[in-house]
Amino acid sequence: MPTVVMKVNGTNVSHDVPANTLLVSFLRETLGLTGTHVGCDTSQCGACIVHVNGESIKSCSILAAQLDGADVTTIEGIANGDELHPMQQAFHENHGLQCGFCTPGMVMSAIELVAKNQNLSEREIREGLEGNICRCTGYHNIVKSVQDAAGKMHSA
Amino acid sequence: MYSTKYVKASDVDDAVKALKLANDGKFLAGGMTLIPTLKQRLANPDCLIDLSDCGLSSIDNEGIGIRIGAMTRHVDVATSAMVQKVIPAVAYLAAHIGDRQVRNRGTIGGSLANNDPAACYPAALLALGGTVHTQNRSIPAEDYFDGMFDTALEEDEIIQVVSLPKPEKAAYVKFPNPASRYAMVGVFVAKFADGVRVAVTGAGEDGVFRASELEALLDTDFSADVIADGMVSSDGLMSDIHASADYRAHLIGEMTRRAVNACA
Repeated sequence: MPTVVMKVNGTNVSHDVPANTLLVSFLRETLGLTGTHVGCDTSQCGACIVHVNGESIKSCSILAAQLDGADVTTIEGIANGDELHPMQQAFHENHGLQCGFCTPGMVMSAIELVAKNQNLSEREIREGLEGNICRCTGYHNIVKSVQDAAGKMHSA
Repeated sequence: MYSTKYVKASDVDDAVKALKLANDGKFLAGGMTLIPTLKQRLANPDCLIDLSDCGLSSIDNEGIGIRIGAMTRHVDVATSAMVQKVIPAVAYLAAHIGDRQVRNRGTIGGSLANNDPAACYPAALLALGGTVHTQNRSIPAEDYFDGMFDTALEEDEIIQVVSLPKPEKAAYVKFPNPASRYAMVGVFVAKFADGVRVAVTGAGEDGVFRASELEALLDTDFSADVIADGMVSSDGLMSDIHASADYRAHLIGEMTRRAVNACA
């Protein structure tokens, strides 16, 4: 059984897990971090998106063993204490969620999108969130939330 | 997913050794096809051999074009200033594969080794007349593709580098399926001093192919106007729930016109 050593949300973790353990299972079942969701299980919906070494990836499509030594951030790791991340705050203020199931993945995907791109147009935001599906079809307010957060993240 | 073993190879020799020790080992690149396949229990390898530490990620200018290491991710090709300058069509192609998360993991070598009939990179390799370099030999694009999901690669052969010659002009245009975003038809047009090459992905029953009739027309006049509606035959094209062979034939003509215009 491979030993997986990672930093998750700033904390070093080490666990022996079967080689076929997906990162999302490692996060949810081994570490109890259930904010990262499993939506489709076919790599399409993006509810499982987390950051690995600062880049967004679908945690349902990668083995924990592949990421031995990596720095992983989940939705639980982005707020600063009680202060929400600007992206979370923007989703809150713009009603960027309905059922909320896709939200963790949307937020994690959007944070990377905004961090790597200045002056995103609405179209670029929609294209940038191509890997995320909202089953409530609540895209309009999700895009508004990302636009709002982008302004705050880049002015900060 | 069935249970399996996992090995992170330290170099190509180490990976080949691990494959020989396994009964039914599989090389793992970015895993954007392999891991979902394993999750569906469509494959049951007893060992996964991860190539990510084999030193195969690189982008170099080789004079006549670019050389891209097999484990170079789509995001790295898409954002490479060198690729954008030398063959911008390849950077564009890489920037439109899958979604951002797929591009953060998926690799050129994985895409070419898998040879999905709707993958984008095979069209670039074939249209540019590129070469696949393994630890054993160099395989020209013409000899590399061997039908859907099949290539000239031997079981233990690992792509190390892909070389892509620089054309005078090139463009890639695809018509993505509205839901899956896979190419229903993707056309890579490359104009070289000695002729035009047109490669089509997403449409052929045997995977990627060259549209030789369109090439001949574009050789005489490199203009979108030479391609008329109804000119492309539907022989040998896929028909499925997404598109009939006739519709795909139409898309090949239209995507070729758009690609020629995008070359300007």
